[in-house]
Amino acid sequence: MLRVSIAKEFDGFALDVTLDAPAGVTAVFGPSGSGKTSVIRAIAGLLACDRAEVSLDGRDLSKLSPHKRGVGYVFQDARLFPHMSVLKNMRYGGIHDEDAVVAVLGLGALLDRFPAALSGGEKQRVALGRALMSAPKVLLLDEPLSALDAPRKAEVLPYLEALRDQTAIPILYVSHDMGEVARLASRIVVLNEGRVVLEGTVEDVLADPAAVPFLGVRDAGAVLTGRVVGHATDGLTKIETGAGALWVPGAVGRAGSNVRVRVPAQDVILSRSAPTDISALNVLPVTIAALERGAGPGVAVALTAGDARLLARVTKRSCDVMGLAVGDQIFAILKATAIAPADVG
Amino acid sequence: MTDWLGPAEWIALWLSLKVAFWATLFSLPFGFAAAYALARGSFFGRQALNVLVHLPLVMPPVVTGYLLLLGFGRTGPLGEVFEQLFGIIFAFRWTGAALAAAVMGFPLMVRAIRLSLEAIDHGLEEAAGTLGASRLRVLRTITLPLAWPGILAGAVLGFAKGMGEFGATVTFVSNIPGQTQTLALSIDTLLEVPGGEPLALRLAIVSIAIAAVALIVSELLAQRVTRRRAV
Repeated sequence: MLRVSIAKEFDGFALDVTLDAPAGVTAVFGPSGSGKTSVIRAIAGLLACDRAEVSLDGRDLSKLSPHKRGVGYVFQDARLFPHMSVLKNMRYGGIHDEDAVVAVLGLGALLDRFPAALSGGEKQRVALGRALMSAPKVLLLDEPLSALDAPRKAEVLPYLEALRDQTAIPILYVSHDMGEVARLASRIVVLNEGRVVLEGTVEDVLADPAAVPFLGVRDAGAVLTGRVVGHATDGLTKIETGAGALWVPGAVGRAGSNVRVRVPAQDVILSRSAPTDISALNVLPVTIAALERGAGPGVAVALTAGDARLLARVTKRSCDVMGLAVGDQIFAILKATAIAPADVG
Repeated sequence: MTDWLGPAEWIALWLSLKVAFWATLFSLPFGFAAAYALARGSFFGRQALNVLVHLPLVMPPVVTGYLLLLGFGRTGPLGEVFEQLFGIIFAFRWTGAALAAAVMGFPLMVRAIRLSLEAIDHGLEEAAGTLGASRLRVLRTITLPLAWPGILAGAVLGFAKGMGEFGATVTFVSNIPGQTQTLALSIDTLLEVPGGEPLALRLAIVSIAIAAVALIVSELLAQRVTRRRAV
């Protein structure tokens, strides 16, 4: 368990964050300038703070200089040493588990190259491998994918997932991309203007209608966990979730594998009756669990479906016209194509 | 070929090379330390150090020489220390010429090294730290290798400056053939002697050639630094 409590006064900005990160991936989510990177720089000892309490499994790290903390840090810009080959870069911090790291991150073909000859995605994989081979007790990832274009992101994400499944240390994953968070993290800490505004499991926080203002209306949306049933010949994948069967676009996962599906709240349509003659493939019977009227024209609607939760965002006008109330049994309609392939995995 | 220059001129050339070589060798560690402090440090007196390092560049060389004479002469406080501790005498010896050359070349050397240090992404040093490297190991494995072209460029500039130093040298250690009469001093002497002008011209050509080569070399090294940065 990593315990962190830090405070620092910047010019016109006060950072005051307390958070716990157990083994597994904890996402640190928030808009630009919310203090995400400052938090993990403080954990690594790279940022001097007014208050910096950092402990790992009861051991105080606060007084140690950065090179004694045993913290692996993957920077947004990879920061590979330009005068060393990939292999030398990776061995710089140690040679822990070299063969396994090289295999998991698919780096075998790159070892003799120099950083200048690598693509952005390859650089990030090398940076990740370099951090892992130093046998860190905590891994800090600072938006490792944000500098990459979509194809490169899609290339690196599976490696991060493999990493998540194979290590038992706390991993803090700083991101402002909800798709990444939903796929990788089991816990989420949401920062806003230097403070923690939400904290909990990804399932809980993303299904919480009160979280919508902090996550942003475009990023809000629950995460369903499910099992891939099979792939249809017309390019769709059927996933059995707690809320019912779901068709999503693309050939996702292998049959029988567990996946997460992020369902953006703004793409969920609500209906009083089960619609027919409609192009949307996914119609789920749901019950309204809560209504949260926002400051703007929207209402966040928390839904339960079987043992799963969903979140929908509709206008106040629709909500009033339909007379939606807690406890109502209605239908949630979800276009298969509203679920981007990157949101499934 | 050997009679292109007279024996005294060959001695002056050789002496200049020797003076510049030792001046560069001994000032390089100090030059790097000063450049590192100026590029990376944030400490009280940083600006004072900056001024001190650059003073020889802007002060009249004769003043620098005079200060050296006061400090490092036989009876100067530092001169006595060096004589007693290391048995090194600067006054009116080639060692004094080397000291003058080192002091006069120092600002150029520090400037070149400092620029190369500032071109290094500090983030790389941070990253090395998170990988468990102590500050000394970071310096040895990251900072020094990446700054290497700049350090060489600084050394070349310092060497070239040392080869041609005149004012501080002549003030500090006078103009003694075979002991302190370097290239520049030799040219000056030849110009005073009737009929010495052709030889002076030849020596001038030699010193221009050395200076030009040094500039080209340091320019090439500087380009390597910028290329690295672009990667």
